[in-house]
Amino acid sequence: MHKTLEGIKVIELAQHISGPYAGMLLSGLGAQVTKVEEPGVGDISRRCGPFPDNKPHPDRSGLFIYLNRNKQGITLDVRKPTGRQILLDLLKDAHVLLEDLPPKVARKLKLDYGHLKKANPQLIVVSVTPFGQTGPYRDYKAYAINASAIGGMSSIIGEPKREPLTPPFSLGHFQTGIIAANAIMFALMARKRIGKGQHIDISEAESWAIFHTGNVVSSFVYSGRKRTRTGHRTPSPYPYTILPCKEGYLSMIALRGSEWKRFLEIVGNGNVPEWYSSDERFQDRLKAGQQYADILDNLLAPWLMSHTKEEIFTRCREEHVPFTPVRNMDEVVHCEHLNQRGYFEEIEYPGEKKFKCPGPPIRFSRSPWQMDKPAPSLSEHNDKVYCEGLGYSKEQLVQLRNMDVI
Amino acid sequence: MTTYPLEGYRIIDFGWAAAAPRATCLLADMGAEVIKVETQKRLDPVRFGPDNLTRDPEKDPLFHSINRNKLSILLDLTHPQGVELIKKLVKISDVVVENFSPGVMKRFGLDYDELKGIKPEIIMISFPGVGREGPLADVVTYGPSLAGLAGLDSMVGYEDERVLGMQQAYADINAALHGAFAIQIALYHRETYAEGQHIEIPQIEALLSTMPEPVMANSITGSIPGTIGNRSNLMAVHNNYPCMGTDKWVSIALLTEQEWKAFCKAIGSPSWTKTDSYADGYRRWVNRKELDRRISEWTMTKTPSEVMEILQKVGVAATPCEDTEDRFLDPHFQERQILIDVEHPSTGVDWVPNVICRLSETPGAIRRPAPRLGEHNDYVFGELLGLTKEEIERLIENKIIF
Repeated sequence: MHKTLEGIKVIELAQHISGPYAGMLLSGLGAQVTKVEEPGVGDISRRCGPFPDNKPHPDRSGLFIYLNRNKQGITLDVRKPTGRQILLDLLKDAHVLLEDLPPKVARKLKLDYGHLKKANPQLIVVSVTPFGQTGPYRDYKAYAINASAIGGMSSIIGEPKREPLTPPFSLGHFQTGIIAANAIMFALMARKRIGKGQHIDISEAESWAIFHTGNVVSSFVYSGRKRTRTGHRTPSPYPYTILPCKEGYLSMIALRGSEWKRFLEIVGNGNVPEWYSSDERFQDRLKAGQQYADILDNLLAPWLMSHTKEEIFTRCREEHVPFTPVRNMDEVVHCEHLNQRGYFEEIEYPGEKKFKCPGPPIRFSRSPWQMDKPAPSLSEHNDKVYCEGLGYSKEQLVQLRNMDVI
Repeated sequence: MTTYPLEGYRIIDFGWAAAAPRATCLLADMGAEVIKVETQKRLDPVRFGPDNLTRDPEKDPLFHSINRNKLSILLDLTHPQGVELIKKLVKISDVVVENFSPGVMKRFGLDYDELKGIKPEIIMISFPGVGREGPLADVVTYGPSLAGLAGLDSMVGYEDERVLGMQQAYADINAALHGAFAIQIALYHRETYAEGQHIEIPQIEALLSTMPEPVMANSITGSIPGTIGNRSNLMAVHNNYPCMGTDKWVSIALLTEQEWKAFCKAIGSPSWTKTDSYADGYRRWVNRKELDRRISEWTMTKTPSEVMEILQKVGVAATPCEDTEDRFLDPHFQERQILIDVEHPSTGVDWVPNVICRLSETPGAIRRPAPRLGEHNDYVFGELLGLTKEEIERLIENKIIF
């Protein structure tokens, strides 16, 4: 099978997750991705872990390996004029530069799009920042929790009157990465028509505010309705909720009345329980969801608390009720379904125990996903890229290293 | 003359609700011709969302937002003639998109093998919740429940309290973004190697691929994060803090010692910041609950914007938790034009999110509002498929174009 992006050259001057996830997707589909890291320090994700045996080591960080397998790695200090010039040399025959410099810094270093375009008009430059290249907050700092706060995600997760909850881990960074990957493909497709590159402006705050929470704006302007935090349920005909059961939780969403009826029949051993059918309050599901949800939660509790989530799941599948267990990470990693499908991949570091990582997010029938090269150690491909690629001698490399350029 | 990245490509969109429609929306924004196949027998439920009190299928604001730039045809696929017409359309199209439960397209006689027989280079993409094969392949559930099956919901709740969950169709939207990317990869592949393919985005898998940290941690140490609140294992100060006003919060996060020092100075170097309990990052992490209380005492005297301004000035990450109205009025978002008004014949003016990908030479655009039901029947059946006016009328009478 042909590797779809074979021949596409990407220079990745980005760290942590947002840029590197886009680089990972392109690399998995055949692009040659060269990761540029700061000499001595390297990508911050080398320090994130998790580490086999909990022993930190810059080459054994799970997050770094997951995102940067298959890429070649070089070191370069682009803040030094010599380093900057080497970057421009590397960009001469690259298709894409994926970078995350703060806009002020890019301008100061003369590595903004205007300058890069002069070096290579065909180059596609993808700039990934928290707030974008323009606007009053463009020089502001934001970690994942800050981007999801301003992006509107946090304000709808959690309980009313208590602090908003940010999505766990780094979901926002990954959303930014997949949006950047999309944008790169748009630019590659456009390049065929317009014969030149362009600048792409990606903002993490906008990954949330435009793509995830942007659509509710129409409702807000139309009817003044604002979504707020509503705890373990979403305003809807009852149920649209997560309720505790024996040793766990159940996700219960039934948009159709027939689905809800079938569940009640399970609870009532074949018939809708008397306490439900005889109560006026519950017959209008929308009203029940708005006014009597707490009461219903409590009435369902005895039955729920005497059945485990997997027991309930089995019954629900038999009766075509769309409720699912809320699984924990151990149950997910050991999930028979995911393992049988071969979804998980393994990271193996020489001398260390193998561990699982997620597999690819997409299954193609003709575009192979291949992660067969290990993640680079810091400066691993300096010789290859600088000597073989740019014609530097080994002595020159030593001198460049002595002066902290690479 | 504006050039669009995907102009000239035709996509048949059988999508409903979120996953497929959000993917095709992004592609339509960038110039693809997306033909939404609808039927009166089973309308997209998004046409009747909670904000559409009129129950008029042309008046749902969320539908307008998600389906702008698309065309709409009506077609009953349970009718063999309907299927024949789709097959004719497939022959002149590039991509088929669907997010039905596995098996539905096959029942219509429109599964990948069938479509490949009609057009070998066709690209088809499906969005099964859990995948078409495996022990859970029979599971049919709603989008928000997938976050539960993937382990995400188990971590969403106040620290060590009950599970609350994401309470939204997060897996769907994540899958949609990966789907749009996948379609482009397949188009690019076809341009280079002249072959189509079948793509599958199992929504659980696409979600897990964006959650590597807890997967790997569990595999290495068996760790099971419960509800983690806003806790970070790298930052002691990492939370949403209460501000002046009702339900007003600001996010603050400090990673480095330098940021901590700048923060202390910015809040006036109060004596509590100099106590032993907060002398270094580790101690601050151990004493974070008390630290959060101290910080809240300060933030309660300010609005979220004031906190942001004071802290960002000294290089500290702080942003307000913004709700819909806040984002609408936010000066940065306004300058960036994240929202745009579109005229719709049935609702007047809709405010919708702008195109997400900002490209300098070939930006996307909102060129037309969301389509009315069957608005483009004449164009698709007449112009594209060459049916006469009489043939179309007869198909409408016989409820095939329905």
